[in-house]
Amino acid sequence: MSLDNETRDSILAAVPNLRAFGISLTGNVDRADDLVQETILRALKNIDSFEPGTNMSAWLFTILRNLFRSEYRKRKREVEDATGMYADSLKSQPEQSTRLEFEELRAALDKLPDDQREAVILVGASGFSYEEAAAICGCAVGTIKSRVNRARNRLAELMSIEDLDDIGPDRQTRAVLTADRG
Amino acid sequence: MTQSKDKPEKPMHRVRTGDPAPGGLSREATIKIGQQLRAMYDEVVKEGVPERFSELLKRLDDNKGGGEGPHS
Repeated sequence: MSLDNETRDSILAAVPNLRAFGISLTGNVDRADDLVQETILRALKNIDSFEPGTNMSAWLFTILRNLFRSEYRKRKREVEDATGMYADSLKSQPEQSTRLEFEELRAALDKLPDDQREAVILVGASGFSYEEAAAICGCAVGTIKSRVNRARNRLAELMSIEDLDDIGPDRQTRAVLTADRG
Repeated sequence: MTQSKDKPEKPMHRVRTGDPAPGGLSREATIKIGQQLRAMYDEVVKEGVPERFSELLKRLDDNKGGGEGPHS
């Protein structure tokens, strides 16, 4: 099996999105890049099972998602043995990709269950259809829809996004200023 | 109730208990979340393909030594 140009190009074309997905899942650039690398190696090893003409990007996302799920399960076990090391790896948060303005979102995403996080990212950020996201996660379309809904609700709650409706912070600031004067 | 002397430095948005029923998210909130997710995501996408990955694919290609290797 040789790596033909078309395959190589379509894998390379998917890399930026795979990284974004990986970082959204792990919150860590280094871990995400390792995941992407493993995904590429796994994909090439199994390239014969890829049906030409189908969506290469979705296929790669599926591999990355499954690798993350199994790696995460492994890590969870390791936590019990080496809590300190894991805490350190959490602390080395990516600087280049998680800018300050996304910190709140980042923290909120971390609080979501895996299945909700992956669903809301695939549909809300990667731009996959519900059907494609369902195929990637290996579940029913209805399941994806409800996970995305629950994830959005939870994110809104965690980030106090509904407060936008009643101009929360501004009103508070004004109240403080008025109180000071009085 | 005792009043704490040290106040939090930044305003804390408290999550209300008894929030609206799930699924009852306003359109604005849904849009806002979508925008933020995409903005965070696109930051990474904009970084393009790090050398590490183009190198990796090139290396794998070379190793194969197949007929369709890069011109040398």
